[in-house]
Amino acid sequence: MSATAADFEVRRPDSFGLRLQHRLHGNPVLGPLAVLMVAIVAFSIVNSRFFSAANLSLVLLQVTVIATLALGQTLIILTAGIDLSAGAIAVFSSILMALFATDAGVPAPLALLLGFACGTAMGAINGILVTRIKLPPFIVTLGTLTIFFSLNSVVSNSETVRGADMPGLMTWTGDAIPIGDFRLSYGSIIMLLLFGFFAYALTWTAWGKHVYATGDDVEAARLAGIRTGRVLFSVYTTAGLLYAVAGWILIGRLASASPNVGTEYNLDSITAVVLGGTSLFGGRGGVIGTLIGALIVGVFRNGLQLAGVEVVWQGFAIGLLVLIAVSLDQWIRKVKS
Amino acid sequence: MTETAVPVLQAKSLTKRYGRVVAIDGSDLDLLPGEILAVIGDNGAGKSSLIKALSGALVPDSGEILLDGQPVRFRNPMEARAAGIETVYQTLAVAPGLDIADNLFLGREQRRAGPLGSVLRMLDRKGMRSEAARHMSELGVGTLQNIGQAVESLSGGQRQAVAVARSAAFGSKVVILDEPTAALGVKEGNRVLQLIRDVRDRGLPVILISHNMPHVFEVADRIHIQRLGRRIAVIDPGEHSMSDAVAIMTGAAPPP
Repeated sequence: MSATAADFEVRRPDSFGLRLQHRLHGNPVLGPLAVLMVAIVAFSIVNSRFFSAANLSLVLLQVTVIATLALGQTLIILTAGIDLSAGAIAVFSSILMALFATDAGVPAPLALLLGFACGTAMGAINGILVTRIKLPPFIVTLGTLTIFFSLNSVVSNSETVRGADMPGLMTWTGDAIPIGDFRLSYGSIIMLLLFGFFAYALTWTAWGKHVYATGDDVEAARLAGIRTGRVLFSVYTTAGLLYAVAGWILIGRLASASPNVGTEYNLDSITAVVLGGTSLFGGRGGVIGTLIGALIVGVFRNGLQLAGVEVVWQGFAIGLLVLIAVSLDQWIRKVKS
Repeated sequence: MTETAVPVLQAKSLTKRYGRVVAIDGSDLDLLPGEILAVIGDNGAGKSSLIKALSGALVPDSGEILLDGQPVRFRNPMEARAAGIETVYQTLAVAPGLDIADNLFLGREQRRAGPLGSVLRMLDRKGMRSEAARHMSELGVGTLQNIGQAVESLSGGQRQAVAVARSAAFGSKVVILDEPTAALGVKEGNRVLQLIRDVRDRGLPVILISHNMPHVFEVADRIHIQRLGRRIAVIDPGEHSMSDAVAIMTGAAPPP
């Protein structure tokens, strides 16, 4: 329990609601974690198949691409920005790396790196528009979303590149290590390692502190000597690279690179971030919350499916969760000093 | 005025124009070692422009700034800070979501020694926290037990204390405070005044910009009165009353 401004005053005993508010304020991961736990227990009771190793590994597999996208999205939302082009960059990067490896005949490792470079460059374009031209991130990424999807159709001729035509490295992310009935894909391992890396970078490096400070109050950060333009640019560029990695994982998941998937990925990545307790107003939250948020989406989709709920109502449930999460965030932010 | 010591910070006939508006009209300023110099003036007298010129937030059109007798030019606040001039802006410049230690070291974080710091770029959180705690207690901000507490959970006076502690910790030459007591209640305002005295007593000269005459007269060693873009008087608060100062400031009385 944190001591607050009331050091001079007589402390009133806090109500349960106030204490909860303070607790959630201090640790934004608690809320999403509780939701995830309750959901897992509830769905396990409804259908015993839910809590089987095979099904849980399916849930993890299903959330891997979205979670990786949401990781990049988290970095941007922490700076009080938003990226509507996340899915577009991922899908376009996956097409590019697939075409490099097939049509262009570039060796697979190089094709992969070129794909990553393209994703990074697309993120950098967002970053330049946000920091140099000083356009709102929403508008910038709305524009680049449309542009990247359009270029994607042009470059790919709207044709799918089959996984069988690609070198093994391109679809390697879909291979899995069996642990009993649990199948852990290499894509999921990459995703989890990236979450670990960024959890560290955000809490233990100066860069991380600067990301939070910039999102908290950009003017205060600038006056404190932080080069906020550089921080923002680094965040959009890094997110671009993460989206390209998500594109690679996507090839493994689908066993192909298709230009016609992923329109829903843009918003799904934002959903995962919001459910994970990261505030859309910036400066609050973190990547561990986002991982939990992505798992919440996966658990709900899968659990509702097993419970026999129709697909259309699954979307309804996820939407409801988002609204509750954002309302909760508003309430938490009102913590009185 | 008798110049007993070389001024730490000196401005000579600074000028700044915005089109036809003259913000600073050949203004001077002298800050002596170990003193609290209050800068007062009516709205539009050019005191904030003058201060911005000293803290690097504004580049004067002409005139000279001397730090320890050496001419200096600041193109941005970072350069002034590198030269040892720390400014606490009215807007505080703290990141509310970060904790006290993080805020104290914001923009100049310290890394761990060895490969953890150089390769993994790991921050020395423990070291920064204990150093932050030391700075805060040196300034008598003892009520802040928890250095890991988020700044947004602090009161206005405590936030001000964090900002002042940061400037005192890193300012090697001069600390400039812009309206540090403006948003505070009586009790907290007095605490911050004590903090300002503590900073001076540690040997750092302070420039204090304030509208609050009782506060100015309580802590200032000398009072610089700015009027119509220039310094028209420097008075000793022991020899003049508040109404004298206000009269000079508004032009109702001639400067002494």
